[in-house]
Amino acid sequence: MKKLMLGNEAIALGAYEAGVRVGSAYPGTPSTEIIENLSIFDEVYTEWAPNEKVALEVGIGAAIAGARALVAMKHVGVNVAADPLFTVSYTGVNAGLVIITADDPAMHSSQNEQDNRGYARMAKVPMLEPSDSQEAKDLIKQAFDISEEFDTPVFIRITTRLAHSQSLVSSGTVQRLELKPYVKNPSKYVMLPANARARHLQVDARGKKLETYSENFPFNQVIDGDPSFGIITSGVVYQYAREAFPQASFLKLGMTHPLPRKMIEDFVKTRQRVYVIEELEPIIEQEIKSWGLNVVGKDIFPRTGEFSSELIRSVISGQPIVSRQPISGLPGRPPVMCAGCPHRGVFFELSRIKATVSGDIGCYTLGALPPLSSMDACVCMGASIGMALGMEKARGREFARRLVAVIGDSTFIHSGITPLIDMVYNGGTSTIIILDNSTTAMTGHQHHPGTGQRVSGEPAPRLDLEKLLRAIGIEDLHIIDPLDSKQTRKVLKEAMASDKLSVIISRRPCVLLTPAEEGYYEIDEQICTNCKVCVRLGCPAIQSTDEKVMINAPLCMTCDFCAQICPIDAIQKRGS
Amino acid sequence: MSGPVTNILIVGVGGQGTLLASRVLARAVISTGADVKVSEVHGMSQRGGSVVTQVRFGKEVFSPLIETGAADAILAFEKLEALRWLPYLKEGGRLIINDLAIDPLPVLVGTAKYPEDCIDQARAATSKVDVLNATDLAGAIGEQRAANMVLLGALSCYLDIADQHWIAAITETVPAKAREMNIKAFEAGRAASKK
Repeated sequence: MKKLMLGNEAIALGAYEAGVRVGSAYPGTPSTEIIENLSIFDEVYTEWAPNEKVALEVGIGAAIAGARALVAMKHVGVNVAADPLFTVSYTGVNAGLVIITADDPAMHSSQNEQDNRGYARMAKVPMLEPSDSQEAKDLIKQAFDISEEFDTPVFIRITTRLAHSQSLVSSGTVQRLELKPYVKNPSKYVMLPANARARHLQVDARGKKLETYSENFPFNQVIDGDPSFGIITSGVVYQYAREAFPQASFLKLGMTHPLPRKMIEDFVKTRQRVYVIEELEPIIEQEIKSWGLNVVGKDIFPRTGEFSSELIRSVISGQPIVSRQPISGLPGRPPVMCAGCPHRGVFFELSRIKATVSGDIGCYTLGALPPLSSMDACVCMGASIGMALGMEKARGREFARRLVAVIGDSTFIHSGITPLIDMVYNGGTSTIIILDNSTTAMTGHQHHPGTGQRVSGEPAPRLDLEKLLRAIGIEDLHIIDPLDSKQTRKVLKEAMASDKLSVIISRRPCVLLTPAEEGYYEIDEQICTNCKVCVRLGCPAIQSTDEKVMINAPLCMTCDFCAQICPIDAIQKRGS
Repeated sequence: MSGPVTNILIVGVGGQGTLLASRVLARAVISTGADVKVSEVHGMSQRGGSVVTQVRFGKEVFSPLIETGAADAILAFEKLEALRWLPYLKEGGRLIINDLAIDPLPVLVGTAKYPEDCIDQARAATSKVDVLNATDLAGAIGEQRAANMVLLGALSCYLDIADQHWIAAITETVPAKAREMNIKAFEAGRAASKK
């Protein structure tokens, strides 16, 4: 019986059926559910690593030691893992090593839309691209086999729409594999220059063999149709193109690096007109054009965003998309910090004092949006602290008095520790706030080394942030409850005034993991002067109209923060 | 609802339970032997943003995405979201609206107005509009959060899927302790829509 599965669930099932023994990842949309779904199989060791570089290194170690290993990350995670990636391509593997890159065209939940097919070419690693959940499951098995046959890590590239779409999947049999023998082989695994030079020659020889393999790879397939109208495509874009032009002839690529050159040449030469349809960069198109073939691609298709069947139909036919008129003037609905979110306490204060805020990646990036509007810059995981140091070195210590870096607990462990060491070492003096909500919230509450639990839920040694910070050399260290308004204000003021580097741990668990207290808060209309200070919290439970402000009781999480900041005590708790 | 592929758009606000409703619908559809694809929203939008789940089923489904002007039905968990996603409704398509307003942030902070006449605007734009108060109907059976199953019950009246498939799909999808409540909610929505 077929089962409906997300692409990410199918990848986990495929890896399990392929006999994977080790799976490692750092959570990141749209890749998170892969390790979550792999962790349900008792035979597989799975873990949340502190970041993607560590995850890949765990995978490399497992593969060299003889166990099939899966490593999963979002597209920007591959940037973090790029250092081991480029060299494991040289060492090769022992048992299979598969790396999932989950790209995010249209940036549904990301800071950029880089096309990681570029990594496959640069790191000389083969890449497979599934077009639905069944293929995702089938291709992961192929990937492990290719990895072992050609002694290479293998990429599987998915996109958000594949990761988070469900389609039907049949389950298969589970391969029971013995560990491969572990044999010392330093000339293969110790990448001293002399060894690496020899390995690089092998990498290029491997590339040639893979080119031949790609010609016969069963997931590179021609679907016959109108010979005057050919489409070359891959991944979920194939589904859009097939929907738009079911009559066309297709060359559907399951392996997009290396490309099956002869197969493509035959296809292009026997069709009158061939379109290469790919989201983001013209990677397949440019390679085909470099062979002197004539295809149509990015001269008509956009290089940004996500495609759809109607976009493809419209671009090729030259006809605009016709639909009902959208209703104009509707208010937007951006994501918002939850009612009761502990981050709100910190951002309200940062907003009040108009601090310069170097931001980071997590739920708290929403502090950049109105009405809190308290973030000046946010680039990537862990960047807030190093950027704050750079700002201070550029503009001086006086500027640093108004300068605060904010970073979540999971993000700090991911890549915030080394920049903080830099700040201590090189004499930074600004204020760092670690927003410790004891979870990785944005991606759906995954554990990390600071939560005291593993992906399986079993207990683990809890990373002690205070001890870590002391050991790094932080002398001015404070711990606050961010929903204690007076304390937050006082400590932040002192820390910013201080000539020293200060670190504040703002500690309170994510409201979504905290059982709601009985009751709700209410604004006493007799007392309220409609000053709207509480509206500046941007709390989804606080509603403002021209005449009055009210609290939507069912949404109130009883965090009490609005009552604390009300200048005339018009907000009181009720119903408890 | 006819045509080779049926397209259902489920729209609402992050946290309202649209995902669970779409999963129940998809599982009920599988029991009929159809091919099905579901496209979901995870990540940042789930924090109170505008969310959409797309369910497509028929003999063979390629794209997981519904084109604008192609939805046979839109199930809107919130009034403003019904208007926002209206361009996806096909001519003659069915729009089912939960009579509930959730103010988005620009309205909460007073920089935008919530449209006062959402239902009227919807009726002006398209003819087949059903309105029900799913939150109250769910509240009446003791669990407001089961409004998603009430809405699914209302939608079920327009789909050719037998009762037992719906019940089996709910049983399979929701946690054991919430099963009875969710089935009751589904039936309440079905009854309200049939009136």
